[in-house]
Amino acid sequence: MRRITVQEADFDATAELAALSAGAGGIASFIGVVRGNVGGKVLAALRLEHYPGMTEKALERLADAAAVRWALTGCTIIHRIGRLTPGQNIVLVATASQHRAAALEATAYLIDQLKTAAPFWKAEEFADGTQAWVAARESDTNAADAWTEARAENLPPDEGRL
Amino acid sequence: MRILYFAWLREKIGLGEETLIPPPNVTTPRGLIAWLSARGANYAAGFANEALIRCAVDQEFCALDTPFGAAAEIAFFPPVTGG
Repeated sequence: MRRITVQEADFDATAELAALSAGAGGIASFIGVVRGNVGGKVLAALRLEHYPGMTEKALERLADAAAVRWALTGCTIIHRIGRLTPGQNIVLVATASQHRAAALEATAYLIDQLKTAAPFWKAEEFADGTQAWVAARESDTNAADAWTEARAENLPPDEGRL
Repeated sequence: MRILYFAWLREKIGLGEETLIPPPNVTTPRGLIAWLSARGANYAAGFANEALIRCAVDQEFCALDTPFGAAAEIAFFPPVTGG
């Protein structure tokens, strides 16, 4: 089972995980939520935009790559766009497999890759009225690249894990 | 050719997309950036720091120096920050 969507609406994580249980021995998930503080400033909201069309293709490709690398029985990626306030969900990545290692590793892989390989952009609106586009972080690129390096040894990376 | 801009690049240029026909000597995204930058101060400001510009050709990430051939759609944007 594969489910990939980009949407403004919130998701029901419980229902999404339940939908992955068929044929699985374990389900792993990551949920990204909007922080309340960034760099000591109070955040009022996060605005997320994306490149319609390309985003979905990029996410499908990541799911394809994960399915080649791990024996998964299911994979769900839901990424929200629009204006989100602190505490609200941003992204859900969940994978299911017969055994926990594949699901845990595939989930970490997908969120690491998503951060550098899918065309989303975030802008922060602060409580003081200022706003700023989020800059890409080298640590995210390193975390994504570590999977490529780890691939040769068939091991998960030991750096940059979320 | 459909040209799209995202995030702060869209804000600096002042539009999200446009359809333009670049001259035949413009064959790469980097060439397109130079051509666009000569068209107006808004483009020049948006593209001022090329190190922060990424691009996609027909919805595939692409290096700035790869010829775009007969591409129908080119997008320019800052490094992505999803997740």
